[in-house]
Amino acid sequence: MTEILFAAILTDNLALSFFLGICTFLAVSQRLSTALGLGIAVIVVQGVTVPVNALIHAVLLAPGALHWIGLPEIDLSFLRIIVFIGVIAAMVQLMELLLDRFVPALHRALGVFLPLITVNCAILGGSLFMVERRYDPLEAVVWGIGSGIGWALAIIAFAAIRERLRYADMPEGLRGLGGAFIVTGLMSLGFSGFGGLAQ
Amino acid sequence: MMRLSHHLTDPLIRSNPVTLQILGICSALAVTTALATALTMAAALIFVLCASAAIISAIRRHIPQAIRLILQITIIATLVIVTDEVLRAYAFEISQRLSIFVGLIVTNCIVLGRAESFAMHHPVRASVLDALGNALGYGLVLVIVATIRELLGTGRLAGIPVLPLADQGGWFEPLRLMQLAPSAFFIIGLLVWAIRAARPEQIERPDHRLLLRQDGTWP
Repeated sequence: MTEILFAAILTDNLALSFFLGICTFLAVSQRLSTALGLGIAVIVVQGVTVPVNALIHAVLLAPGALHWIGLPEIDLSFLRIIVFIGVIAAMVQLMELLLDRFVPALHRALGVFLPLITVNCAILGGSLFMVERRYDPLEAVVWGIGSGIGWALAIIAFAAIRERLRYADMPEGLRGLGGAFIVTGLMSLGFSGFGGLAQ
Repeated sequence: MMRLSHHLTDPLIRSNPVTLQILGICSALAVTTALATALTMAAALIFVLCASAAIISAIRRHIPQAIRLILQITIIATLVIVTDEVLRAYAFEISQRLSIFVGLIVTNCIVLGRAESFAMHHPVRASVLDALGNALGYGLVLVIVATIRELLGTGRLAGIPVLPLADQGGWFEPLRLMQLAPSAFFIIGLLVWAIRAARPEQIERPDHRLLLRQDGTWP
């Protein structure tokens, strides 16, 4: 269990080793405070949607999952992409309502990022990896929260570096996007160093 | 026809979706360790993008404004599932190597972006050309990155040995870094730099500049 958590946060980091959610990663990392808000939102959404999707996959979609209503030969796993997207959109809406009702301060802080998370590929990727690696429901909870923390860690560190980078004297063509890619590459190199700890 | 063709040629380099608009990078980089996977991914995206643009543009007058996003996502997800199943049926080995990344075309911002910003307001022919141009622009970046990574990382190109490897009596020592994630970021960064060196109008202007004191020291 701890290996999954460890891998999710450091060695299998969704942003830095699987390139997931990189569009958002580059677009919303100009300021540390917004990156922090988005990071927390991703942890919460990932921690909720991956276990829910794991449950739906185990009960409805996996090959033979429908034997409890007497249809053991039906395999609905081809539907998982569209079902997962629907679940993610619904969970994000639901969380928006719940946060607005019970934790309005956090809801205000997350602002526009919460709805945007629906189309963040890190969220869908987390659920698809959960199916591909055959995690059981408990492992899915750990993987969901861990991968959310890993993504948040990456964007927060990147935003902090990027705030400093504004004062760097870089070649003109590298300013902005080009430099951001190179820095992300260096961070990815650093995170791959954690691979030695996993064994 | 002249007016239509710029929809096709513009997104190739000048307003390339990956290097200028930062769209669709999520899936673009993970499949670039080998040329074969990059070409398959590009073909899958060309199909999904063109088909979704054609369908959405054809029914654009019948889509209610309030539910247009969910309708677009449903159409795109259906096309992605079809692509995924076809790949699984006829190219199982390569679909295993692409792992989850064909499925992630659903959340590729290029697809939804073109549907929402172009196909919803233009006739079918222009929409398909625009989609094809953007998909080819994405495919071009994919193929460039994959060529560099596979050639320098393994000495092969599309699986065929090109550079003679050192451990088989040749001179080429494979760069293992090229097969790891960081190299993809470096290559895209350098590619952006190269495009901006050729087209200086794309250089990002800083919001503010630091001025040195008269004696040349930092304030």
